[in-house]
Amino acid sequence: MKVLMFGWEFPPHISGGLGTACYGLVKGMAHHKQDLIFVVPKLWGDEDPLAEFVNASDVEIDYRERRFRDIWKNLTYLEVSSFLIPYLSPEEYHNHTERLLKDQDELESSVLANKFTFSGKYGKDLILEVSRYALVAAQIAKNKEFDLIHAHDWLSFPAGIAAKQMSGKPLIAHVHATEFDRSGQTVNQRVYDIERAGMEAADKIIAVSQLTKNTIVAKYGIPEEKVTVVHNAVLDTSIIKSKEEKKVPEKIVTFLGRITFQKGPEYFVEAAHKVIKKDENVRFVMAGSGDLLNRMILRVAELRIGTKFHFTGFLKGDDVDKMFALSDVYVMPSVSEPFGISPLEAVRHNTPVIISKQSGVAEVLQNAVKVDFWDIDAMADAIFALLHYNGISKMFREMGREELKKLKWEHVAKKVIDIYKQTVNQ
Amino acid sequence: MRTICFYFQVHQPYRLKPYRFFEIGDDHDYWDDYSNRNIMKKVAKKCYLPMNQLLLELIRKYQGKFKVCFSISGTILDQMEAYAPEVLHSFQELVATGHVELLNETYSHSLCALKSESEFKDMVHLHQEKIKQYFNGYTPKVFRNTELIYSDSIGEMVGKMGFDGILSEGAKHILGWKSPNFVYVNANEPKLKVLLKNFRLSDDIAFRFGETKWSDYPLTTDKFMGWLNQVPAEDEVINLFMDYETFGEHQWKETGIFEFMRHLPDAVFNQTNFSFSTPSEVIANASPVGKIHVPIPISWADEERDLTAWLGNDLQDEAFDRLFELEAKVKKSNDPAIHRDWRYLQTSDHFYYMCTKFFSDGDIHAYFSPYESPYEAFINYMNVLSDFILRLKQAEKDAVSG
Repeated sequence: MKVLMFGWEFPPHISGGLGTACYGLVKGMAHHKQDLIFVVPKLWGDEDPLAEFVNASDVEIDYRERRFRDIWKNLTYLEVSSFLIPYLSPEEYHNHTERLLKDQDELESSVLANKFTFSGKYGKDLILEVSRYALVAAQIAKNKEFDLIHAHDWLSFPAGIAAKQMSGKPLIAHVHATEFDRSGQTVNQRVYDIERAGMEAADKIIAVSQLTKNTIVAKYGIPEEKVTVVHNAVLDTSIIKSKEEKKVPEKIVTFLGRITFQKGPEYFVEAAHKVIKKDENVRFVMAGSGDLLNRMILRVAELRIGTKFHFTGFLKGDDVDKMFALSDVYVMPSVSEPFGISPLEAVRHNTPVIISKQSGVAEVLQNAVKVDFWDIDAMADAIFALLHYNGISKMFREMGREELKKLKWEHVAKKVIDIYKQTVNQ
Repeated sequence: MRTICFYFQVHQPYRLKPYRFFEIGDDHDYWDDYSNRNIMKKVAKKCYLPMNQLLLELIRKYQGKFKVCFSISGTILDQMEAYAPEVLHSFQELVATGHVELLNETYSHSLCALKSESEFKDMVHLHQEKIKQYFNGYTPKVFRNTELIYSDSIGEMVGKMGFDGILSEGAKHILGWKSPNFVYVNANEPKLKVLLKNFRLSDDIAFRFGETKWSDYPLTTDKFMGWLNQVPAEDEVINLFMDYETFGEHQWKETGIFEFMRHLPDAVFNQTNFSFSTPSEVIANASPVGKIHVPIPISWADEERDLTAWLGNDLQDEAFDRLFELEAKVKKSNDPAIHRDWRYLQTSDHFYYMCTKFFSDGDIHAYFSPYESPYEAFINYMNVLSDFILRLKQAEKDAVSG
């Protein structure tokens, strides 16, 4: 059995969590010797050679094939005027759409050109790239032999649909996050429509958590039996022993992630305020950047906790490890988190974690305190307990380590391969 | 009497280096030596040295009929000593002519007058000592609070400390129909004379001089004499108060600002009936016309002439309150490094960088800030302050055990 897989990015050139998850899955697949063609919009040449990689930028489209016109017609839901860049101000949005409308004709001709170089980023021409990616997918589907198509998240759903149209092979849609996780209640209708089209066209859907499955069923009207939950895993489950030494006498409680609505940073600040009132011996750190950063800084100033609550800005590489290593408690108060890998990173650093019940990772990690993201009293309680009652934090550390060992990508790949078999045999 | 009183504020803060969370508890060196040195050297070259040279020439040429006054903050004196001793020497040479008055201020250009009388007195005293030490025993008689910040109670405090006068802003909302071109007295302590800045004529030089879109551009000495001659005949003193960095730094040499100043005394003597005076001479020669009431503090900053450039938003208030609640602990310490850092952390510039008035006066704030945003300024300051608090705690522990 051979699988044609569509992703959007692949390490080391990634800007989101999707690339990491795809890498883990492909690695797991390689462990089981699963035959795989992995397509990305742009290859850089330094990817780990785990599969047969196809660089969409290299694929030339042969328009003599009549079916391309049909596929292009079916892509009308990807109208060029749509707007997919998050975090723009109204003025920027206006300028952006103005420009897009002007360029519309030009755009259609470039999408339909023989060759096209993708940026593979989440840039301003995202929708153009998504549509072009679908056309390329159709061409690849025509050229290659395979038994099944597997597409990751909405960016590659149109590609999956087009490949299915061209080949007639079954399609598996893998949902790592939905528009509701990214944008809260103000969803982008275009993205929602693409997600829904992908889910409907798919023969089977894989969701990264029960939480995500619930969203798929409730918000996209997909029958429950079509969706299977397969949790993510961690690339490396070994424990990291850091030599990093803490330089402040206080305990450190950390939030690490994008400072956006989805991640619930304001609940962390409010809980911190409650703990600081009771406990002199603690510092809070908010590491990361995002559109709510300035609002969080103002709130910390307003609560007058500025000498006990610190901001680091965006951290990379070694500094992330350092931050985990220095932390006594890690908190992930996400409002909506389809999975959420970072608490598992904290466990690797022997740091006990508090996670919101609204995160997929809560379904796999038992040795963690779980609270509702909005329940700042419970969050403050949990922080205080993990800081002061050594029994519980020690237990979390030891048992979390054991739990982590079970979260391997090869187990995940095995489950996915089983789904392939069922789907092909249907 | 009709006279012009030039006062120049000479100040540089000790800027903080980028200080990350990871450094708290470990790194107690907060100051950005590299940029402080570079800025000092740059401003010395563009402003302090050429302007001091020009003033010296003018004072010699007019044999004492042309005179000016400075307030030189303690933080810039420390930086001159460390990075540019030639600037210090040139100021010493100017003061030695006897036609340059020096004012007293708080050592580190602090906002402590608004928060702590005890710290204020300490800071004034420290500055006095520094001036005495560097300028051959010179003892200032007139006071200038940080950024011309003034209120009835600040004036009262200053008057009780024995000063003859204080400088402040001729803010419209406190003057009403009154003119800044007279000497006033403090409302609670009438012994203290108050000199108010004529902000129109001062800002014509300090802010508008090189502004090509200004309807009066270019400003010539003839034009400026015309405006001086339009001042009502009974008005006694034109207080021209400005940053010293106006000359060559805010207004570049290419604008002609140095040439304007070079020809100004000549034009004043030939085309008007004005003389030049230092603040002490103004106070000695003009009789006060009445009390000036300033119940709420004013300053020379921004359109509002209030304190909102430094205090009032949550970032600024949090930083300011956390800093000043440490006073008792600092005063108990014998460590000179703790005293120095506490003083340098009080410098008003740190709070100025945290100002969020983006849309009206944001431009000028952004020009002077080493940070990309007021939020960054806050984060960096609070990280440093957190480390400073840890040091104080450690010092306390050491004192108990030792």
